[in-house]
Amino acid sequence: MGTFHQGKSQLHGITVVVDTTGPEVFVGRCDDEDAEAVILLDADVHREGDEGRSKDEYLVRAAQFGVWKKHDRLVIPRAQVASIRPLADVAAT
Amino acid sequence: MPYPELMVKPMRDELATAGIEELRTAEAVDAFMAEKEGSALLVINSVCGCAAGQARPGVRAALEGVAKPDRLGTVFAGQDVDAVRRAREYFADIPPSSPSIALFKDGELAYFVPRHRIENRSAEDVAADLTAAFERVAAVEAS
Repeated sequence: MGTFHQGKSQLHGITVVVDTTGPEVFVGRCDDEDAEAVILLDADVHREGDEGRSKDEYLVRAAQFGVWKKHDRLVIPRAQVASIRPLADVAAT
Repeated sequence: MPYPELMVKPMRDELATAGIEELRTAEAVDAFMAEKEGSALLVINSVCGCAAGQARPGVRAALEGVAKPDRLGTVFAGQDVDAVRRAREYFADIPPSSPSIALFKDGELAYFVPRHRIENRSAEDVAADLTAAFERVAAVEAS
């Protein structure tokens, strides 16, 4: 049973971690990405130190069961993006 | 907005033909979960092929193994809204995602596979994870 989403980037439909050059890290389902921006659906955002947790501590927790969405749709300018990778690549401990 | 039932039916059938009971209402979910003794598998099915395309055959393959849950149920995200809402109340601490897979032992959540652990993986990988979880639960039952 295939997907129904032609014409999107390879990460379309994949839950990703978008780390930024600033204090924020985003987790959400990638809708699309290009040279201008990364578009996430059902996304959460964590800022370094929120609730006493670093970005890495937040991601370890997210990797276990996922995230509670704070935003239906987020557009993150590419200039702010330091890295993007599947959440599944983050080791849940 | 739900997809046309005609399009969804093959995705329902893919699990139903493996002996997994379709739970289309909140009442059906409650009845399924009311039995606490033993193990129960609850699959949150979904349309999106980004992950559900591996989840369904993965579940089917895992159920061909020796260790299997005592009871098998499924709800369909985006289609049977009340049933899915009620199902998620049984693992309310876990963020909603679909497809996803919950394994209960004596009414308690024993194992959970969120969507992001299904995406980009093969059905064989999903089946291997589930088989290992089934065997762990069966070992607990036998001890």
